Amino acid sequence: MNIVGQLAPLAFGLAVIGSGIGVGYVIGKTIESVARQPELQGRLTTLMFLGVALTEALCFIAIAVAFIPFPAP
Amino acid sequence: MLISTVLSVKADGSGFTGPSIDDFFPPVLLFPGTPFEINRLMAIRILVVVLLVLFFWLATRNLKLRPSRAQVGFEYLVGFVRNGIVYEPLGERLGKRYEAFIMTLFFLILGMNLTGVIPGLQLSGTSAIGLPAVLAIITWGVFIHAGFREKGWKYLKDTLFPPGVPWFLYILLTPLEFLSTFIVRPVTLALRLTMNMIGGHMLLVLCFTATQFFFFTVLADGNLIGLLGVGTFAFGLIFMVLEIFIEVLQAYVFAILASIYIQLSVVDEH
Repeated sequence: MNIVGQLAPLAFGLAVIGSGIGVGYVIGKTIESVARQPELQGRLTTLMFLGVALTEALCFIAIAVAFIPFPAP
Repeated sequence: MLISTVLSVKADGSGFTGPSIDDFFPPVLLFPGTPFEINRLMAIRILVVVLLVLFFWLATRNLKLRPSRAQVGFEYLVGFVRNGIVYEPLGERLGKRYEAFIMTLFFLILGMNLTGVIPGLQLSGTSAIGLPAVLAIITWGVFIHAGFREKGWKYLKDTLFPPGVPWFLYILLTPLEFLSTFIVRPVTLALRLTMNMIGGHMLLVLCFTATQFFFFTVLADGNLIGLLGVGTFAFGLIFMVLEIFIEVLQAYVFAILASIYIQLSVVDEH
């Protein structure tokens, strides 16, 4: 049985697992902290976006990999 | 399985054609052959810029001390953006300096994004890499300039050699800091916006072309599988609402990341 198609979406899906968990963890922890100390919300939101941006960067690198012209084997 | 058999049966020309990356490079409309080629995407961008200028000109033309109803709404919108995105991370003093830049970013990206769900346009101005790349490069220049303006050459020292770590860690840390600050930041800014818009557009086009296919090709042939079109249409509507949310969120994220990056290069680390 032959399966024809692209591997890139599959690889992207695998890459997204990690950054998905990471982003969820960052945001969840932020919500938890805000629930404990609501007066720090502004500062925590700033830090949260920074953490989300760093974590998400991995999945954008994964997208970019599909466009790198690797030499054919 | 059922769907794939239906799709493959119809693969002879009249079959299902999903969205492709060519959607974002439509044929040229005006001035072909020159560097100023205008295609549908560029036309949408120009339209958005004209509309934004018109909107802000009309909204700020006749400001009064006792505001009218429309002015209250406008001031609420602008004040929300200013306080939430600019003053929150940057503080009052720096906020005054950079609020024009960051609010321009926010409203420009918001307008460009929202064309993705407006019927008749249906293509985000930010869904090709050009515009987000330009905005990201400008942001990159602005946060580096902000650092130099505030701290001089100490900015580079603080960024590349963060204080408070043993000296041998700099072998590891300095290349990483250089990569993450000067390369990964602008690249991810541009890619985040573009990829979100491309993904949203693909999803919407997939849902609505599938609806069209199910109703007018499969069901018209008398095949009851075509009733799946009801489901794809409902999903299309749901994703449209989700897409509006994502578009506003991406404009917010781009603007707040710009102000966070400025704040990070200005802040005095001890």
